[in-house]
Amino acid sequence: MLEGMLIGLQTALSIKMLIVVIGGCLIGTFIGMLPGLGPMSIIAIMIPVAISMGDPAAALILLAGVYYGAIFGGSTSSILLNAPGVAGTVATSFDGYPMTRQGKAGKALTIAAISSFCGGTIGAILLMIFAPMLSSVALLFHSAEYFALMIVGLSAIAAFAGTGQVSKAVLMTTIGLMMATVGQGALFNTPRFTMGIMDLQSGFGFITLAMAMFALPEALFLILRPRNIAEVSNGDIKNLRISSSEMRSIAPVIGRQSIQGFFIGVLPGAGATIASFLGWAVERNIAKKEEQDQFGKGSIKGLAAPETANNAACTGSFVPLLTLGIPGSGTTAILLGALIALNVSPGPRLMLDEPQIFWSVIISMYIGNLVLLVLNLPLIPYIAKVLSVPRNYLIPFIMFFTLMGAYIGQNNATELLLLVAFGICATALKFANFPLAPLLIGFILGGMLEDNFSRSMQLYDGVAFIWERPMTLGLLIIAAILIVLPRWRAHRARNQHAEVADGD
Amino acid sequence: MTLDRWTAFILMGICLLYGYTAWFNMDAGLAPFMQRNPIWPSTFPKLLSLIGLFTSFIILFGLERSEPVIGDIDYRRLHEYKLGQAIGMLVLMVLYALTLKPLGFLVATASFLILGAYILGERKWIIMIPVGVIATFCVWYLVSEVLEIYMRPLPLIFKLGS
Repeated sequence: MLEGMLIGLQTALSIKMLIVVIGGCLIGTFIGMLPGLGPMSIIAIMIPVAISMGDPAAALILLAGVYYGAIFGGSTSSILLNAPGVAGTVATSFDGYPMTRQGKAGKALTIAAISSFCGGTIGAILLMIFAPMLSSVALLFHSAEYFALMIVGLSAIAAFAGTGQVSKAVLMTTIGLMMATVGQGALFNTPRFTMGIMDLQSGFGFITLAMAMFALPEALFLILRPRNIAEVSNGDIKNLRISSSEMRSIAPVIGRQSIQGFFIGVLPGAGATIASFLGWAVERNIAKKEEQDQFGKGSIKGLAAPETANNAACTGSFVPLLTLGIPGSGTTAILLGALIALNVSPGPRLMLDEPQIFWSVIISMYIGNLVLLVLNLPLIPYIAKVLSVPRNYLIPFIMFFTLMGAYIGQNNATELLLLVAFGICATALKFANFPLAPLLIGFILGGMLEDNFSRSMQLYDGVAFIWERPMTLGLLIIAAILIVLPRWRAHRARNQHAEVADGD
Repeated sequence: MTLDRWTAFILMGICLLYGYTAWFNMDAGLAPFMQRNPIWPSTFPKLLSLIGLFTSFIILFGLERSEPVIGDIDYRRLHEYKLGQAIGMLVLMVLYALTLKPLGFLVATASFLILGAYILGERKWIIMIPVGVIATFCVWYLVSEVLEIYMRPLPLIFKLGS
């Protein structure tokens, strides 16, 4: 482990990687600040750049840097404009925006940056402890367990989709899995579902789909409903200092939320959004009575909690990706797609076979967090100027980068038409309130899921692997519980409600 | 019928088509030795089509209760938003896809950026044109020189550069 860490340190501290990390964080902050553009779109747009760098470690470090940068940029726009760029920073605006209105924008940004830094760094330490442990357990897994584990991951994503949304999420996952079966798979040498179209022979492009699911609908929403984003003047951001008594009062919050956020982030489907809301709610509940009243009105604890939790959760979401090769969120699914495009298969073997990738990513998390604190925070008043770029110029550029991302990888104009078509479908699905991330996760996991399923079917000459391997059976039962439980609880809650109503 | 049910209805149609292909068309060309295999190319798609049909059925008939949630944009009042601009931009994207190869990267991209700003309501040509042209050159330089990905810069009739 120590040897691996040293290799990682050596890789991550080279000049090239440092530039990549700094560049990634700056780009991420820059774009993440624009309301309406989430980290998934930004990462999707950056993938062609990352892939063309050719070096998997550099690519992953760049994308991870962009990811933190985007989350940080998202909190900035939550604090300054009450317009969160990212769902994970909605809770930040509860207390961050009131602080801005009280003229304490600079202080709010500093607290956000320090909490993000601590959350990210403590998360990275926990990642270093837990990832190797999970990896060594995962080495015992066979294809049957992998198949079951992926089912658990997909079910968890559906289960966390929210009340009344579970079947929609399952349907979206299934559609994603169906899309993954299009084209010529590795296992069977027959093209499937291509409808005789040559361009579909190699299947749908993953970047095209990622752009169509996230970047394009978000850009279209920006066109449909223009937000007034140029209302903050840069003169508001001053006095970035915080006092030591304020630091003392948020320190325990940061400690608690780093750990809580990290473990929520590890769970598939939960992620930064749930971690930040839960973090805010938990801290409000355990705060003293007089502090409780301050929550939502500009409490520094209420700002520190979601900021710490969402960064720790982002780091936590790398655990299943790096150790099992199973993404728990849309963002890590896109990272997984990028890794597969670079011929790296994340999973328990990653740590043994390519320690430089595994450890340099973890080391780069520390560097990335440091960059955000030291470089981005002082630059915020200048970076915030991006908010004053007129929408009429901004949107064509966003759409152009979306098109370029899909084009560069394939050099095929049909891909652009597919992008527009899928983008329209995705926007329609968004109107109908269907979650889009499960579709992409299903699409990316589809190939692996089917491969592992087929391999277990061949080894056991049928579906016997389900009951002959206790671990597989256990995992599949967990998956079933995850799907059924929210529905059963909703049903029971409704029944109880009805009984109360009758009694009245 | 609400939009999510309509969507479920359409997705159900897609699942039916997919399932029909998987259950009835795919196995016809299967080689005899493959038929002894416990798993066929159609096995996994068959399972998927069943799950897809089942879940779309649940949504279509509203078996899972959910409160109607209105997202960022209320689709029932779509005409109140800038729908024309959105459609204009989509048409422009399709045009870009069709003209990228024949017109070359530089012409197609610069026109896309300038016309895009025009559709969104910008009328200051004196800013629009230089911004579009300079940005196009910068991106082309970055992509072809730094990332070393070739993109035909000029229209098809100028074959000199390629």
